[in-house]
Amino acid sequence: MNYFNQDLASLHADLVAKKVSAKELTQATLDNIKDTDTKIDAFLNLNEDAALAQAAKIDEAGISDDQPLAGIPVALKDNIVTKGLTTTAASKMLADFKPVYDATVTEKLAAAQMITVGKTNLDEFAMGGSTENSAFKPTKNAWDQTKVPGGSSGGSAAAVASGQVPVALGSDTGGSIRQPASFNGIVGIKPTYGRVSRWGLIAFGSSLDQIGPLTHGVKDNATVLSAIAGHDDHDLTSSTQAVPDFAADLNDATSVKGLRIGLPKEYLADGVSDDVKAAILAAADTYRKLGATVDEVSLPHNKYGVAAYYIIASSEASSNLQRFDGIRYGYRAKDVQNLEDVYVKSRSEGFGDEVKRRIMLGTFSLSAGFYDAYFLKAAKVRTVIMNDFKAILKDHDFIMGPVAPTPAFGLGDEIKDPITMYMNDVLTIPVNLAGLPGLSLPAGFSNGLPVGMQLIGRPFDESTLYRAGYAFEQSTDFHTQLPTLGGQN
Amino acid sequence: MNFETTIGLEVHIELKTHSKIFSPSPVAYGAETNANTNVIDWGYPGVLPTTNKGVVADGIIAALALHATVEQHTHFDRKNYFYPDNPKAYQITQSDKPIGHDGWVEVDVDGVKKKIGISEMHIEEDAGKNTHERDYSYVDLNRQGTPLIEIVSKPDIASPAEAYAYLEALRQRIQFTGISDVKMEEGSMRVDVNISVRPVGQEKFGTKTELKNLNSFNYVQRGLEYEEKRQQQVLMSGGAVQQETRRFDEKTGETILMRVKAGADDYRYFPEPDLPALNISDEWIKELGDAMPEMPTKRRERYVNELGLTDYDAMVITQTKEMSDFFDATVALKADPKMAANYLQGDVNAFLNDNHVDLQATKLTPANLAGMINLISDGTISSKMAKKVFKAITNGEEPKAFVEAHGLVQLSDPAKLQPIIDDVLDANPQSIEDFNNGKKRAVGYLVGQIMKQTHGQANPQVVNQLLMTALKQ
Repeated sequence: MNYFNQDLASLHADLVAKKVSAKELTQATLDNIKDTDTKIDAFLNLNEDAALAQAAKIDEAGISDDQPLAGIPVALKDNIVTKGLTTTAASKMLADFKPVYDATVTEKLAAAQMITVGKTNLDEFAMGGSTENSAFKPTKNAWDQTKVPGGSSGGSAAAVASGQVPVALGSDTGGSIRQPASFNGIVGIKPTYGRVSRWGLIAFGSSLDQIGPLTHGVKDNATVLSAIAGHDDHDLTSSTQAVPDFAADLNDATSVKGLRIGLPKEYLADGVSDDVKAAILAAADTYRKLGATVDEVSLPHNKYGVAAYYIIASSEASSNLQRFDGIRYGYRAKDVQNLEDVYVKSRSEGFGDEVKRRIMLGTFSLSAGFYDAYFLKAAKVRTVIMNDFKAILKDHDFIMGPVAPTPAFGLGDEIKDPITMYMNDVLTIPVNLAGLPGLSLPAGFSNGLPVGMQLIGRPFDESTLYRAGYAFEQSTDFHTQLPTLGGQN
Repeated sequence: MNFETTIGLEVHIELKTHSKIFSPSPVAYGAETNANTNVIDWGYPGVLPTTNKGVVADGIIAALALHATVEQHTHFDRKNYFYPDNPKAYQITQSDKPIGHDGWVEVDVDGVKKKIGISEMHIEEDAGKNTHERDYSYVDLNRQGTPLIEIVSKPDIASPAEAYAYLEALRQRIQFTGISDVKMEEGSMRVDVNISVRPVGQEKFGTKTELKNLNSFNYVQRGLEYEEKRQQQVLMSGGAVQQETRRFDEKTGETILMRVKAGADDYRYFPEPDLPALNISDEWIKELGDAMPEMPTKRRERYVNELGLTDYDAMVITQTKEMSDFFDATVALKADPKMAANYLQGDVNAFLNDNHVDLQATKLTPANLAGMINLISDGTISSKMAKKVFKAITNGEEPKAFVEAHGLVQLSDPAKLQPIIDDVLDANPQSIEDFNNGKKRAVGYLVGQIMKQTHGQANPQVVNQLLMTALKQ
């Protein structure tokens, strides 16, 4: 029997009908991961015993109709803390780190009775766009193992795309959910800043980070977001906005009729590959056929986004990562003579190159004499970019464009050139700066590699994005195409 | 050469909240090492701070108590530095938008009144504590996250005596609000000091030095006095004051060089992204202001102008809010204000000092103190008898009942005293002769005999009066 590319509703139906038990599903999932991960290296750590024990308990209690996620396996990006389960952030610094508490999303998934089967690979501390910055191993693209899976949630994206798990959580600071979703031909959302609690997410850029789900289809994504979203007393930046049942109103393709969509000309500018442009223009036509209007709009300050982002995110990261000092937990250098040594050697040996690069960039940007020219200026640019979006979204229901300028690139191609790597984020970064929701979904192929489309919405209006994504999905067949690696396919 | 002195004080005040400023861990003393901590206090990966609203309220109260403007749109900032007692490697504090600014307190030095400005006051978290033993260092994070208010003076303080008076005024006003114990000996008030001198007329401030290890107001004043002279001598001998940190030696009263400062530290302040900005409403400020107790300066004016206390008495009674409240309650029960003030300054303070307790921790009540004072005033007991009664009221006994139970009633009735006096005079003709020969000492002897006959209960004034009348007959 093949469970691995079923949607959540049919998995749920099978579980309720006892066609498969939670334990059987969990065991099959673990076996399949072990089998396929030799090719893609999506996982850093499996949670075998606890997952099977939890599944057995769920089977014993039985799964009812109103528990749509119960007994279904899920994987977590390894920068989301899990009590008792090693959480590394793909860093040597935390190679043996066993948290004593659960992230809020971890708790919420447990409350929904989803089964955490393991932790997925990422760029160290979520810094990177290819998962090559993992201190442990690079993950491979589910469609072509010579290509990167994108990043930093590359492990989560490759795991879902290859059918290892139906759902994985990622985190997105500048595109880290959407870009790997795009590279792997699946659906990923960066929710509105404040939609999902950050408690237990190992911080990178605190004012930008959001956790979101990666799934095969739009409806599954909506179901999982409803389960993990909501205000959390532990996170004062989490919103008190009510969380709708996002999946409930996803019924047909007609629901985009009459919507106004903005297509920024900057999102089809130089640097965006022809195949990607063609896919997005075709998608625009699809929306027109469905009764929506698509206007060309402009985000005139988009080009400053990357620079502003790397200053803000790196500044926050330089402060957030200071706690990894070798004193209380994590890596501590052996050969030390004094306190200065503990700090310098532990951090020099514990962090990888990209992390160090950003710590230096951020430290510089916040330094006396440079603060105004860098951090403060970047903060002002951020406001200008927010206003660009606000102006368009005043009379457009959402914005559409590509996720990344190109499909997945080759392993090793860009890792030596940080600036080229940073420029891959040019279309996703502004969405984080503005705190808006961004949905990534399959919109075509280029030389056999998936091309993703990004839908950007008003704050806390993930509903419209899901509705538009679902309508597109119903009108196209990109999401039904699966990589050949895919488990038991 | 004549010099003028400029002193700057940074005062840290520890707040008496139940929980920490950014975590639900309790704020309490004497707990086992690291017992009052959780993942937030450890700076664990993935944790986030949450703001204790009570600390913000205390910040507003402190601002109001020090005549400062409350900043209604404010936020927290991160101050970045590595140290083992600082688990996140940044302190959450306030940098460019402190919760209060431009305040003042009035001080009185040798009868001269002066307003000392406060440039700003901000709320922030305290660090943990490092201890060192042989080859190891240990970190205790119980204190990590304890809420503090830092109060920074304007360069208005011109002498060590003014510095002392400023600290005393600050301590009193904060103490009256109840947000802190403000006790230097317990660490709930800490003072960092800097001082510079310059020739009179020079516009630019002199180079300042910082002083450490000033653990009482007295040491602050003595350290500053020493440092003021030292800097003057350096300048007079043609030298230059170095920017340095110096340690006050309690034994010698001198300051000793600790380290020379090589430029300013760079703490890379930036707005704390994990905490939303604070918007403080007019209503909240008003609500907190309305609930504030009468401040010590107001009370002193009332004590002097309405109750006839001396400035000194008023000053001593307003050392703490508890003492002042106790005094007000005692006077409200019709006790003579002067006597109430004297008892509080004398017997009560001595009792507190001998037993190392605070007033509120004793069994003394305003009702019992007023009861005792009223018994003295109406002549029921003598002030000598009152010594016994005072001891009783420190044990919580009701003075009137105690006096009755122990027969401590003063004998004031002339009809009852006269026969006793007559008996004593009859038995001591020699004393009468001595008196008639001008020997005044004889009176003392006779009074002593009468007191002996009455077991000390005779009213000395009445006895004196009756005796003198009898002798002159």
